[in-house]
Amino acid sequence: MISKAFAVFNKDFHSELRTRYAINSLAMFVIVAISVIMFAVGQEKISEGLTGGLFWVVIFFTAMSGLARTFVSEEERGTSLTLQLVASPSAVFSGKLLFNIILVFCMNTVIALLYAALFESFVIKNYSLFFFSFVLGNIGLAISSTIIAAIISKAGAKGTLYPVLSFPILLPLILTSVQLTLFSLDGTSIEDAKFELAIVVSYDVIMLTVSYMLFDFIWKD
Amino acid sequence: MSTYSVEAIKINKTFGRRLVFNDINFRLDNPGIFGISGPNGSGKSTLVKIIAGLLSSTKGKITHKNSEKEIIPEKLHNHIGFVSPYLVLYEEFSAWENLNYLSKIRGITFDKDYAKELLERFLLYNRRNDLVKTYSSGMKQRIKFIFALIHHPELLIFDEPTSNLDDEGRELVYNIINDKSKENILIIASNDKSDLDLCTEVLDLKVSNKDF
Repeated sequence: MISKAFAVFNKDFHSELRTRYAINSLAMFVIVAISVIMFAVGQEKISEGLTGGLFWVVIFFTAMSGLARTFVSEEERGTSLTLQLVASPSAVFSGKLLFNIILVFCMNTVIALLYAALFESFVIKNYSLFFFSFVLGNIGLAISSTIIAAIISKAGAKGTLYPVLSFPILLPLILTSVQLTLFSLDGTSIEDAKFELAIVVSYDVIMLTVSYMLFDFIWKD
Repeated sequence: MSTYSVEAIKINKTFGRRLVFNDINFRLDNPGIFGISGPNGSGKSTLVKIIAGLLSSTKGKITHKNSEKEIIPEKLHNHIGFVSPYLVLYEEFSAWENLNYLSKIRGITFDKDYAKELLERFLLYNRRNDLVKTYSSGMKQRIKFIFALIHHPELLIFDEPTSNLDDEGRELVYNIINDKSKENILIIASNDKSDLDLCTEVLDLKVSNKDF
């Protein structure tokens, strides 16, 4: 199953390099969103709390603009049937999830670097806590976005449905990740952030389990 | 010789309140060409999708067996070669890349010699490195047959196999159908008289409750 999932990822990776379906929209959104925030903030000094919140706002909307492509592009091009004919649902989901995890990590690393370079108040004081919250948050974001993308790819109004469906599902993850980012900016120790870290780990495990259970039904009809 | 069998018991399909077909029964366990005909909207494509495991029936059961062992749905795709007008290959890849990527996703080694043989047989070998989006509709139809045959499936399902093909393409497809039907079960869904003439038995979907 792992080799088949990797083959799906490999196919998607090469397809993305040729078509630039997701990369272009993600890159444009990151640049536009951060520019708008910078213009809006101007010379004002913004607090750490606000910077942490805005950091995840950009991540959330960037994910909304690009991560759905992995399934939507298959459906729009009519290649879903081809994939159904060559792979089991679990192999397809694993491959698509791997692709989205890597895409989310690349995208969010760029966002974090831009934030660090452009916002004075974005100074990380606890790097290990930031690392854990960043990794766990990104994995949760990728899992949720992938299964939601699979659901909405079968629907008519894809563009509208994706953020509408994502918002309630991602809300617990975003709120906890914002809190963890805030902790890492004000230097809170990992020990004191255990509760929030446990929430994000639980979220990731629950979403992953539910996604694998649901995907068979979503993918088939 | 194929030891593959497909059995459909009381297959029924509805979309919402609309009944597409009802009480379809058949058993195919010997190599040969079996046809499914019927007017537009009678459910030919729906029935072949159900047989291929791409769509669930509303009622009834399809059983695929290989050497008397039932094939689980997760593994069914490796036993079926499927061609249909709504099957689309990746247009951003060449024919060769499509066959390579899709074989790897299937979990089989990409057999370059067999791929070359099929590409030559379908007169596409010289265009193997061109992107599929540059192909004509007839060439796209021919590459679908290579995709359906590359993994040596026991069951071949061809939905409107000669659509978009010129006389030369039709001839190629009919030769393949005749060759493969000696060892494999082949199901053809079509309205074309010359396609159906190849079949030993035909299930007509406009006549309800008819069996093979």
